[in-house]
Amino acid sequence: MTPETISRPDADDQQPRAIARTLTTGDKVFRSLCACAAMVSLFVIGGTAIFLGVKAVPALQEAGIQDFLTTSVWNPTVGDYGVLGLLIGTIIIATVALVVAVPLALGLALFINEYAPASVRRTLTSSVDLLAAMPSIIFGMWGLYALQDHLVGIATWLNAHLSALPFFRLTEPDALLVKSSFITGCVVALMIVPIITSVSRDVMAQCPRTQCEAALALGGSRWGMIREVLLPFGKGGITGAVLLGFGRALGETIAITLVIAFVVEANPNILESGGGSIASLIAIKFPEAQEIEISALIAAGLALFAMTLLVNLAARAIVRRTQIAA
Amino acid sequence: MTTFEPEPLFDAAPPPYTGPVPAVPTYASVATPDAPTVPAVSAVPATANTTSSRLDATDVTCWFGKRKVLERCSLAMEPGKVTALIGPSGCGKSTFLRALNRMHELVPSAAIAGEIALDGVDIYSEAMSPTEVRSRIGMVFQKPNPFPAMSIADNVLSGLSLSGMSHEDPDALVEQCLRRAGLWDEVADRLHEGGMSLSGGQQQRLCIARSLAVHPDVLLMDEPCSALDPISTRVIERTIRELCEDITIVIVTHNMQQAQRVSDNCAFFLVESLREPGRIVEQGPTDRIFTNPSDPRTYDYVTGQFG
Amino acid sequence: MTLLDERAEHDVHPAEPAVDSDEQAPVRPRLLGRRDRIELAVAAAAGLTGSGAMCLVFDWSHPLTYAIWALIIFLLSTYLLARDSQSPVVASDRLVTTLVWTSGVATVLVLVWMIVFVVAKGLPGLSLEFLTTDMASVGPLDDGGGVLHAIVGTVQQMLIASAISIPIAILTAVYLHEVRGRMTGLVRFVIDAMSGLPSIIAGLFIYTIWVLQAGNQPSGMAAGLALAILMIPTVARTAEEMLKTIDDGLRESALALGAPQWRSVMQVVLPTARSGLITASILGVARAIGETAPVLLTAFGSSSTNWSPVNGPQSDLPLFVYQLLRQPNENQIQRAWTGALVLVVLVLVLFVLARIIGERGARARGGSR
Repeated sequence: MTPETISRPDADDQQPRAIARTLTTGDKVFRSLCACAAMVSLFVIGGTAIFLGVKAVPALQEAGIQDFLTTSVWNPTVGDYGVLGLLIGTIIIATVALVVAVPLALGLALFINEYAPASVRRTLTSSVDLLAAMPSIIFGMWGLYALQDHLVGIATWLNAHLSALPFFRLTEPDALLVKSSFITGCVVALMIVPIITSVSRDVMAQCPRTQCEAALALGGSRWGMIREVLLPFGKGGITGAVLLGFGRALGETIAITLVIAFVVEANPNILESGGGSIASLIAIKFPEAQEIEISALIAAGLALFAMTLLVNLAARAIVRRTQIAA
Repeated sequence: MTTFEPEPLFDAAPPPYTGPVPAVPTYASVATPDAPTVPAVSAVPATANTTSSRLDATDVTCWFGKRKVLERCSLAMEPGKVTALIGPSGCGKSTFLRALNRMHELVPSAAIAGEIALDGVDIYSEAMSPTEVRSRIGMVFQKPNPFPAMSIADNVLSGLSLSGMSHEDPDALVEQCLRRAGLWDEVADRLHEGGMSLSGGQQQRLCIARSLAVHPDVLLMDEPCSALDPISTRVIERTIRELCEDITIVIVTHNMQQAQRVSDNCAFFLVESLREPGRIVEQGPTDRIFTNPSDPRTYDYVTGQFG
Repeated sequence: MTLLDERAEHDVHPAEPAVDSDEQAPVRPRLLGRRDRIELAVAAAAGLTGSGAMCLVFDWSHPLTYAIWALIIFLLSTYLLARDSQSPVVASDRLVTTLVWTSGVATVLVLVWMIVFVVAKGLPGLSLEFLTTDMASVGPLDDGGGVLHAIVGTVQQMLIASAISIPIAILTAVYLHEVRGRMTGLVRFVIDAMSGLPSIIAGLFIYTIWVLQAGNQPSGMAAGLALAILMIPTVARTAEEMLKTIDDGLRESALALGAPQWRSVMQVVLPTARSGLITASILGVARAIGETAPVLLTAFGSSSTNWSPVNGPQSDLPLFVYQLLRQPNENQIQRAWTGALVLVVLVLVLFVLARIIGERGARARGGSR
């Protein structure tokens, strides 16, 4: 006789029951409190967009939105405001910073993780993290007083040997090379190297050692292991780190203000003196500005806010896509 | 199969209760603002069977999202006895255990059908809140996890403050619970050291003592010895046998010999094939399950043919 | 006799290991064999001489040009030599190794140089007088004066910013990780957006709301608000990472004892994560303490000590440095450097503190995480 099982699947399917899930008062208060705290961040971002937008209106009315975004002029007495040159300048400086910083940062991250002797690894990691917290004004001061001379030398070299590239040319043979977008970009680069290194190193350190060892066990060299296992694994995180650095470079104020010779027109010859960014515009003009000019500065700030927000969104989208694909 | 939407956790208003209203158990006074006191330690004689309870599961079915992981499991867990849930891994034993103290619903996609009654009261009804259920039905987990931020004594007492109760004589309670868990002799002189300074087996006994401090009627144990060495395992098994006199114990175990050593009743869970939910194939007194099982699948399992 | 006692009886004591008369010494395989080292030396020589030759031929005088070309030739030679003697795989590996070593060491040296430079420039002006007087009665050309007003400002503004931002950030982290309400995705997006917010925009926002709209004076309070905006995303992110490291088993144990969620979080999770949360807070402070731009727009700076954070302009350390740096005067510039040194030391102290607390906490939680 076949033994019957205790639980018999019946023909009628069971439906899940509605479970009484009333929260205790304590839990309700707690959850509301946490939600309120989370709302603060929402208010800040939304508030920034709204308030800056509202206060920017007077200047935009006076200068005209189209002119504001397509000309390069800053004349409070006449009421002419145009930030195109500075928008371009912001991007130029940030791009130079990125081009210089990314190889250095990735090299440093790989160095710390894979090549440095184990005894110095912890010291190096802590030092890089500490440098990521260093105030930007320190970088600016040092860039201005210590690094500039050496960078002028490199700029000379670049102009002498690589003037095939259009942006390494000079408008006149003995143009000043100090306080240029290039030098400013290099200073900003050194500022964002610790941040990019820190995040990239962290990401790559999480790669399972078994995968790395498998690559070596197949006869790969260390560079082969890095190329085939480590970098693909860290791709999303590294991209995120690079975009994080780019965002920092776009918004960097003080270091740029200290180093660059401020002009409102963009200069595509990055080795030459002169340039600027939106953030440095605000920092320089704000202390002396009156009513409408302040409104114009707020409008410029709004443009910068929009730009950094877009970069942030792009960063999140890219990181998310690479993570899903990984 | 009809589709359903699992309720979002903590958000849906519960439907009005239309069934019969059982007599409100005295423990429901926990929900009132006055924190009730647990009866003084000396008032509870060690051998009285007054606090252990009966747990009855009827046609319990569990889902995670659309996947059914347990189907119509019915089991009677008798008072003052140890019931072991055995079976190969992945059969839903732990899921069933977690349904018994309403931990199953913590997973957002989890859903349940059927009834689980503690002394006749359905624990999923409105008569009992989840926190109340959990203070009457305690749980010890596979991995020992004493609270690192507390000392040994504070760990034992943590259940009281966490469930909003108080006790007249905390020190006596600490001693009683540690004695019942078989840990008193080893830690009596260092009650104020951190809980993480103990060995694995000692930590697990500390977790047992912690669960005992809230005076549960039922104690659920999810493979409590699987992370421990054999000596600690033996001590804990001895503890379980001593505890079962006044607490109903339900233990999930992979180890058939442990089930034979420790339990009075057994339930054998099985998954027939990959996409099937787990079911209880056979249940009954332990010696009968192991010496004379009625179902051929049970026979195959207990003789080591698979699993 | 129990099984344990039986086993103890039959214990076999292993024989003493025989000691060799000639002991073996451990040998670690060398990373660079003899041939590799010779090749490296040859490449280095090629780089130095080749670059020198090029400089002579093309009449370049700048030492940096020499150094750059030497490096390029060195890298090329390493690659070609290794490719010749071994295989392309080894050669490219050697090239990358050299590149990484060069860039790694160079970057580290440059960053160390920066710190050393700041210390060297700032040290001459450091004195007790510098730390205890302000610039109220000191003109640009006078000696003396100090950074007291800036220190007062920094301390007050950071206290205000911390008092506002740390509870909000920790509760936000709790919301994201423990409560997981309906707005979790939105909040996470907003926190990310906030962490990318340029510091000057934060200052502009507070200026617009607090000063323009509400009509308050520029003050340390306003600066504290702007700095709080900068701190919240940093602290919230790090705090959430710390909460993630807390074993889920602890939460479940608390719930299994009959705790409502808020007790589980307040009495178990947060105390366990305490050292991590403190670390997160200190790191947030360290990041915000060096921000100049938001303070420039909200507290405006001053040369006298303003003990009230709500009444009138106030200075702080980075603003002090920045404003002095703009003045083309030796004394002012020296003061700026010394002020910068004080700032660097402050950040260093905070950082080391965060590390110590973080490590002590990780040890207390039972091993490293």
